Amino acid sequence: MALDTDTVRRIAKLARLHVEEDALAPLADELNNILGWVEQLDEVDTEGAEPMTSVVEMVQRLRVDVVTDGHVQDKVLANAPAEADGFFVVPRVIE
Amino acid sequence: MAALTDLTIAEAGAALEKGDFTARELTDAYLSAMETARGLNAYIEETPERAQAMADASDARRAGGKAEGPLDGIPLAIKDLFCTEGALSTAGSHILEGFRPTYESTVTQNLWDAGAVMLGKVNMDEFAMGSANITSHYGPTLNPWKASSGDNAGKDLVPGGSSGGSAAAVAARIAAGATGTDTGGSIRQPGAFCGIVGLKPTYGRCSRWGVIAFASSLDQAGPIARSVEDSAIMLGGMAGFDPKDSTSVDLPVPDYAAALTGDIRGLRVGVPAEYRMDGTPPEIEALWQQGVAWLRDAGAEIVDISLPHTKYALPAYYIVAPAEASSNLARYDGMRYGLRVEGEDLTDTYERTRAEGFGHEVQRRVMIGTYVLSAGYYDAYYLKAQRVRTRIADDFKAAWDSCDVILTPTTPSAAFALGEKQDDPIAMYLNDIFTVPASMAGLPAISVPAGLSADGLPLGLHLIAPAFGEETLLRAAHVLEGAAGFDVQP
Amino acid sequence: MTDTTDTTADAIPDHLVAHFTSRIGHNSADLIEGETGSWEIVIGMEVHAQVTSESKLFSGAPTDFGGEPNTHVSLVDAAMPGMLPVLNEAAIRQAVRTGLGLEAQINLRSVFDRKNYFYPDLPQGYQISQFSDPIVGEGRITVDLEDGESFEVGVVRIHLEQDAGKSVHDRIPDQTCIDLNRSGVALMEIVSKPDLRSGVEAAAYLSKLRSILRYLGTCDGNMQEGSMRADVNVSVRRPGEDLGTRCEIKNVNSIRFVRQAVDYEARRQVEILEEGGEIDQETRLFDPDRGETRSMRSKEEAHDYRYFPDPDLLPVVIDQAYVDEIAASLPELPDKKAARFVAEFGLSEYDAGVLVAERETAEFYEAVVDAGGAKRDPKIAANWITGDFFRRLNADDLEITASPVSAAQLGGLIDLIADGTISGKIAKDVFDEMWDSGNDADANRRGKGPQADQRQR
Ligand SMILES: [Mg+2]
Ligand SMILES: [Zn+2]
Repeated sequence: MALDTDTVRRIAKLARLHVEEDALAPLADELNNILGWVEQLDEVDTEGAEPMTSVVEMVQRLRVDVVTDGHVQDKVLANAPAEADGFFVVPRVIE
Repeated sequence: MAALTDLTIAEAGAALEKGDFTARELTDAYLSAMETARGLNAYIEETPERAQAMADASDARRAGGKAEGPLDGIPLAIKDLFCTEGALSTAGSHILEGFRPTYESTVTQNLWDAGAVMLGKVNMDEFAMGSANITSHYGPTLNPWKASSGDNAGKDLVPGGSSGGSAAAVAARIAAGATGTDTGGSIRQPGAFCGIVGLKPTYGRCSRWGVIAFASSLDQAGPIARSVEDSAIMLGGMAGFDPKDSTSVDLPVPDYAAALTGDIRGLRVGVPAEYRMDGTPPEIEALWQQGVAWLRDAGAEIVDISLPHTKYALPAYYIVAPAEASSNLARYDGMRYGLRVEGEDLTDTYERTRAEGFGHEVQRRVMIGTYVLSAGYYDAYYLKAQRVRTRIADDFKAAWDSCDVILTPTTPSAAFALGEKQDDPIAMYLNDIFTVPASMAGLPAISVPAGLSADGLPLGLHLIAPAFGEETLLRAAHVLEGAAGFDVQP
Repeated sequence: MTDTTDTTADAIPDHLVAHFTSRIGHNSADLIEGETGSWEIVIGMEVHAQVTSESKLFSGAPTDFGGEPNTHVSLVDAAMPGMLPVLNEAAIRQAVRTGLGLEAQINLRSVFDRKNYFYPDLPQGYQISQFSDPIVGEGRITVDLEDGESFEVGVVRIHLEQDAGKSVHDRIPDQTCIDLNRSGVALMEIVSKPDLRSGVEAAAYLSKLRSILRYLGTCDGNMQEGSMRADVNVSVRRPGEDLGTRCEIKNVNSIRFVRQAVDYEARRQVEILEEGGEIDQETRLFDPDRGETRSMRSKEEAHDYRYFPDPDLLPVVIDQAYVDEIAASLPELPDKKAARFVAEFGLSEYDAGVLVAERETAEFYEAVVDAGGAKRDPKIAANWITGDFFRRLNADDLEITASPVSAAQLGGLIDLIADGTISGKIAKDVFDEMWDSGNDADANRRGKGPQADQRQR
């Protein structure tokens, strides 16, 4: 399942990583090198093995429905690159 | 008397209790040692004022007869993956440039509650992705050890990673102990490279709340220290149930130091055939056999075991960990904190922020992770890897029928030179070949310095125990440590 | 709030949605007559209903509507580094309760997954949702039409997921302001089978669903505040043929708009098909000002959500005893209540349907009938409520809970008629005076007894 540059471009888009056009091919080579190596997993017979969902054999704990948090606007915004009137400010979202 | 910074946590704690010196004196000794060792680049941010204030508070507690316990007044280095309130917390990444959390991770809060003193934040591979501490935005940390002979004689060596700053700081005596995190070997491998003890607890033993996530199903905090006893003391301070982490296990924290009885008679030590891999240097194999002999001599029963899926742990890890990381790192988007690189529009801002904010190895893993989760590949890669992971966990479960702990080497080599393996990711990944299986199964494991390579560099032996078997693990490690008598310093 | 800009709100992937309809027959009057013959409209809905709870799905921050921006937000909701989700029991309880109310399969084991996409109102870079193992499986809703006909709509599943934050576009030029107050609030996504055949039916479905949720107390149904909004999937086909290509109209936030949106969209699709065109599978928005739908984006920029189980959470396992305990606490739901009103009180099906549509109305009605052990005439009570009482409520634009005449007061008035103190005709004047004054009937009937009646003649 070798990646071509179109696939690398699509994956980079999905991951929101800017990749220069001339960097796509070398990146494809790097990724193919790694993917080729992990494909040795095909040797493993996993018939009947459930995919692991959690390594701890527990089930989800449930929290009691009470308000214990919030009203920390200063903390929420403390590291914001841009803020105004209590909002985070981000580049315009195009509808 | 030895320099204050040469004392172990246990020794320093006893001396503080006796009043031989104050926590402030101990802290100041470390602060000045840190200044002279800045060439190692172990610390990303030193926090001397905070350290002195914490030390003074410790002294005041002790004077009032209210000392907290063995960690009260002990100066520690904190891996930069832990969020520490008001102190820089960057995960070694440009994308968290300047990030100062308004909150404290549970593990560090537990340590401060136990009276420990924060010296600063230590360097690491970016987002804990690396085995050499060379992917940090803040530059590489150097191993305080130098090879005495061979090709690498005199060269700068890597400390291992990702907790490279932690291991280098503890080995260089610029922290009495340090927190680390281990996802595939990131505590144990640098522990082995720097000649100190690195302990990865059972998944769920230490809270992940406030620890910047790399791969959520694998990440586990643990101590890096100069002795097994110190590791036991530190783990006692770090561990505990945390309702804020759904994967935290609600079990009491034992007195780990009390488990160090020195008696392992009858302990069944498993030696897995599959860890005998092609290309492993003979000195690693020899050290492993030496470890077997030490434990046998101490009264343990040696058992040959099989962990058939061992060789598949590393490739499975390089699907599962990047997959989780690709999602965990999606929040670093330049919108709410950290770096923002303005682009032409929103999407361009996302893409430029993340391309500039993440280093190459992080981007590579985010790409791999995105790919293996994407439509059409999820079953072939991600689900397959998680099935293999079940097989790996089942291997260990079967092994526990015939043994109580497992002994293996920690790493396939001693520390290598800065710049080596840099261009070959798989060669770099292979550093973790012996440590990853326990990570995939969520098991506790420890690396103990056990000898020197032909070139005079430390080598570690690695013990693995069943889930929540930390007491047995530490007891066996303590005996191994005693037998090895590793007392060389960098 | 309804963030109609959230183009990335989810769609359940095709392989997880039952695309066969369970609807057998329907009213043929609903067909669209085109130039080339008749067309059948096929509609399925995904309704996002805000779970009634104090705190959010995975954090202890409050769920209250409104508030200063970013105040109902915890560090978890803002996706600060190292923050972790912890599941709210109330969300599980409410989802199970809703499932039981829709006679649905309750899954004792369910899983939370991450749905990955980038959007500034989605701080984690993923939405925690349920993908292949939702908490509730197949169920059904009986939908009633104005003409008294009713039909059943299949429910495919209900899953729990996080709401997103809100984007505000008009505050700062060329920038968007983000408020995370809604971020992380628990939503139930209720997915129907494609069993609806007209805008009227779609509106009736949403109305009935809203009624049931309000009876159950699992969602307040406040569509103005965005507590319920519907993604409406519309396609058209020749009767009896395979399903056509569908368009999804996102985030429709009123029952009336659902009807208008379906009517517009079905006609648009028929026009295209009759001209020999093809329908693009796409996401559309309903513009209430123009009464039309418009394309939000084509599927070219296809999404790939890369769902996988959230490794910060563990499988949710509940036991049958927990489900049984919730089942035992369910209220009488509208269908059963209406049947009882017909059987016990002799009401017409129509009146019974009107009285049970809102839980508060049904409760008011039963309080009027109940004269403290004795029973008032249920038909007279029904006539009063559906007549003068509703007239005044509508005229004053009041909710029944804000009525100036209480159930006990209305009961008192009916008692005066029953014992002959006042005539039914005079009672209407007395009622209006009670409404305006807030007084009991006794106080308002002075000078209006039978004698007064005669004097006026
Ligand atoms: Mg949907
Ligand atoms: Zn949804």
